[in-house]
Amino acid sequence: MSQPLLEARDLTKNYGTVEALRGASFTAYPGEVVSLIGDNGAGKSTLVKCLSGVERPTGGTLTFDGKPLVLDSPNDARDLGIETVFQDLAVAPDLDPAANMFLGREILKPGVLGFFGVLDKKAMRRQATEHFTRFGATLQSIDVPIAALSGGQRQSVAVARSVAWASKLVFMDEPTAALGVVQRERVLDVIKRVRDEGIAVVLISHNMPEVLSVSDRVEVLRLGRRVARFKASETSVEELVGAMTGALTQEDAA
Amino acid sequence: MTTDEKTTMSSLPDEHRTPLLKRLTGANTLWIGLVLLVLVATFGAIRPDAIFQVTTLQFLLAETAVLLVLSVGMTFVIITSGIDLSVGSVLVFASVSSALAMNAVSGGDATNAGWGVIGFGLVVALVSGAVWGLLNGLLISRAKIPPLIVTLGSFGAAQGAALLLNNGSNVSGIPDKLNRTFGSGTYFGIPNIVIVAAVVTALGALLLSTTRFGRYTYAVGSNEEAARRVGISVRGHLTKVYLLAGTLAGLAGFMGNAFFRVAVVTGHETDNLNAIAAVVLGGTSIFGGMGSVLGTVFGVFIPAVLEKGLVIIGVREFWQPIAVAIVLVAAVWLDQARRRARNQR
Repeated sequence: MSQPLLEARDLTKNYGTVEALRGASFTAYPGEVVSLIGDNGAGKSTLVKCLSGVERPTGGTLTFDGKPLVLDSPNDARDLGIETVFQDLAVAPDLDPAANMFLGREILKPGVLGFFGVLDKKAMRRQATEHFTRFGATLQSIDVPIAALSGGQRQSVAVARSVAWASKLVFMDEPTAALGVVQRERVLDVIKRVRDEGIAVVLISHNMPEVLSVSDRVEVLRLGRRVARFKASETSVEELVGAMTGALTQEDAA
Repeated sequence: MTTDEKTTMSSLPDEHRTPLLKRLTGANTLWIGLVLLVLVATFGAIRPDAIFQVTTLQFLLAETAVLLVLSVGMTFVIITSGIDLSVGSVLVFASVSSALAMNAVSGGDATNAGWGVIGFGLVVALVSGAVWGLLNGLLISRAKIPPLIVTLGSFGAAQGAALLLNNGSNVSGIPDKLNRTFGSGTYFGIPNIVIVAAVVTALGALLLSTTRFGRYTYAVGSNEEAARRVGISVRGHLTKVYLLAGTLAGLAGFMGNAFFRVAVVTGHETDNLNAIAAVVLGGTSIFGGMGSVLGTVFGVFIPAVLEKGLVIIGVREFWQPIAVAIVLVAAVWLDQARRRARNQR
């Protein structure tokens, strides 16, 4: 395969005396969907936090596009085109979908008005509408507060927002949890579309059939270490569960 | 699924905007404005001769101008889901230090001082307000002390400091020129102090509703964590918002000097509560994330009109705080009911 887009080697992360990561490695290639799976407490969320700049690993190295990488904040990751959809969504419920999509990246009016920080709300609304439509987020109205939307629509907004700004890589921490069947399909559809645009997607999920249906590769974490890597087309739910629970280990995975 | 897809595509050219009328009636700013209108109309119908008199209106506006400036700052603070109890004390501190500074550079009595001294006094008032605001902001955003406690502290401290400055007495010697122009002067019948307050309010409204600063103010109050994750400097923004509230309290202190011709050390103990009441009456949510400066304008005038109106129609003015209290509690109750209904989906 080609050169890895993002590679983590032997990451460790301690919270006091608790070792959340014990030499975890992870690889993502450009334009693929790779799922990160593992039992509760395996270190998935901690790993994603380290890879998206929310937490700093205690030890280990990161490389991005072949160059060494140090992430001091989520902004560093964002500057490189790495976005994250968090499990708890993290949207501003009182702002409308367009405002949420452009939050922290507002478009300002040209000229003097822009100098004073005046927002170009029309341009943001137009671009947001186009973008939401492209990624299949059906919203009756672009200017109601997010809190007035249903859970699924809120999720679509959160996913669409991250996808809009990611040029290289998107982390999605359980993006389909708490979604209905139709909305789940739609999010999976978005994941595939993002991949087709050449952006790598790292999917964290507990739903094995979903993982197999959407991923190109699967990496398995157990007790803070990578214990197995699979091609999604060559593995099965039984094999994945075996790797998660420790019934199966690959010698070369770590 | 297919029909769903179709609607999405066909509605692409539209901007999915809610019609203007629907947006207006959905906003509680409109309703609170109607309440104000009904109040004015009712009092006007009972005593048209007394209510629609130029002097009555001039007095009403001038007395409310100072509170309005405080309330504009308070609107920003409350939208971040914060609170500022110190505004009245900061007003007193700024008013006293500005008066003392003007006297000091005029050899003890600034009554006949010119524009240079007045300008200096304005700068002193703004800076002393800004310093208290900055202190509030830093303690809240950096030291992570709840706004209620921080500003309760500066509420006492600023009042105490103001009393220490002049041994607990009022400061006289406000320049006559200042009083004649900004205090009692009018422009086409509108008191100049009201024009100043109106300009400040308009700038505040524009800042909140059209700029990135305003957008961040809503975002921080709506979901601090979300704001932080998209890279907004939440600490920096909170500091700026309290700095703004403090600076406006300083300006209000200077306006008070101009209007009353003396820097008074008492009588502002409940300014903070009046400003909070005005902001909340105006439809700004005490839980943050929602609100408007226009609403605050209505919220400032409802108690003022009630007070004046009740006196004029001969109801004892002691009913005024009771009437305001009922409207206030009802406003917050409505806000909560609306949020519950909205968040149920």
